[in-house]
Amino acid sequence: MIAIVDYKAGNLRSVERALKKLGLSCRVTADTREIAAAERIVFPGVGAAGSAMRDLMELGIGRVIKEAFLSGKPILGICLGAQIVLDRSEENETVCLGLVRGEVKKFPDYNAGEVRLKIPHMGWNRIIIKRSHPVLEGIKEDEEMYFVHSYYPSPADRSSVIAETDYGFLFPSVIGCRSLIATQFHLEKSGNAGLRILKNFCEWDGRRAQ
Amino acid sequence: MLSRRIIPCLDVRDGKTTKGVRFKGNVDIGDPVEMARFYYEEGADEIVFYDITASSDRRDIMIDVVSRVAGEIFIPFSVGGGIRTVEDMRSVLLAGAEKVSINSAAVRDPRLISEGAAAFGSQCIVLGMDVKRTSPSEKTPSGYEIVIDGGRTFTGIDALWWAGEGERLGAGEICLNSIDADGTRNGYELSLTRLVSEAVGIPVIASGGAGEIGHIYDVLTKSRADAALIASITHFGAHTIRDIKEYLNSRGVKVRMSW
Repeated sequence: MIAIVDYKAGNLRSVERALKKLGLSCRVTADTREIAAAERIVFPGVGAAGSAMRDLMELGIGRVIKEAFLSGKPILGICLGAQIVLDRSEENETVCLGLVRGEVKKFPDYNAGEVRLKIPHMGWNRIIIKRSHPVLEGIKEDEEMYFVHSYYPSPADRSSVIAETDYGFLFPSVIGCRSLIATQFHLEKSGNAGLRILKNFCEWDGRRAQ
Repeated sequence: MLSRRIIPCLDVRDGKTTKGVRFKGNVDIGDPVEMARFYYEEGADEIVFYDITASSDRRDIMIDVVSRVAGEIFIPFSVGGGIRTVEDMRSVLLAGAEKVSINSAAVRDPRLISEGAAAFGSQCIVLGMDVKRTSPSEKTPSGYEIVIDGGRTFTGIDALWWAGEGERLGAGEICLNSIDADGTRNGYELSLTRLVSEAVGIPVIASGGAGEIGHIYDVLTKSRADAALIASITHFGAHTIRDIKEYLNSRGVKVRMSW
């Protein structure tokens, strides 16, 4: 069974619907025992880092996810779930879960040529794969993913950067460490390419291919 | 880099897409779920549903449409029309929409924008603006005025000011519809779109007037719109989304070509 972690951060149902479309059984839950017993964990999220971390810690889910990570259980973070796995976030100056070394940064105000780039980074963009990973198997170079975010993950260790995306500069859009893989984009809203990644995750044993 | 988005818009009344929309192939003309799936498979980047159901006691029908669409298509879609309260927003988002679009209700009570953004995040809140050209005056220095109630009520509010105010209140995106261009098929209102797109820091979807592919190219390049809303240009089978994207791509506009 796949546990979709419910920490009031939204968009849980769209992940559930995508998993159902793939014919996979899952449960949206905030029950720490259920999450601990799950075969794998999906960790979605929309909203602000501060309130999400507060809810996670109050519900005791933060600790369960850390334990799952240490035991090598496959964990998928999506959007905000790809941010709060780092040490800290500039959003609300939040201390995060610290599964991956590094921090979450806000997109700076800048210009590309004569045009001001808009924040949030909203819409479809490509991912440039830096390190092969079983979860990104079969993703073609020209496929695009759906992003909506104003902050981005910035791992301290380059080996945690699995893919990058160009929005005036290259930012990490897929990060991973041991049995954790996390996408800044909404793979449940990224059409067939996103569903492919979700399916790959559900077949992944939590180990990086060498 | 970010792709420009092509967004088909479906008008829905009492759970059916409105008449006049003709599809090729085996797509049921009346069923918004089938039409959404058709566009999803055709490469739409997002879909907008506009609920034109007149009576509010039939709102549940739209919620049912939204939840069936959400089980079928895995790209973002938004729902507008008749959303007046934060509770209305919540029911549409819980049913599976990614975004809600608010228009007249936000003009009547701008707090709806900030309360919606606080409850669900700015990325969920699209400010729909219906705009009509007017002569520049003290009240409307930009020469564009906000109209509401489907174009029936003039507000005296300057469109450019309202766009900035909507952003300040927490809207995550603007869907900018020109009443003058809407339905003409003579092209988008390029000067209005450029004016608003350059003034705000949030994405702008241009709406109203697309009759040929070149119009879409113009609004995405000359007016710097982030996305183009389309309706009749594909609804009547004159073009497909692939046609449109191949043309844009050949002229150097970055669009999503693989799906």
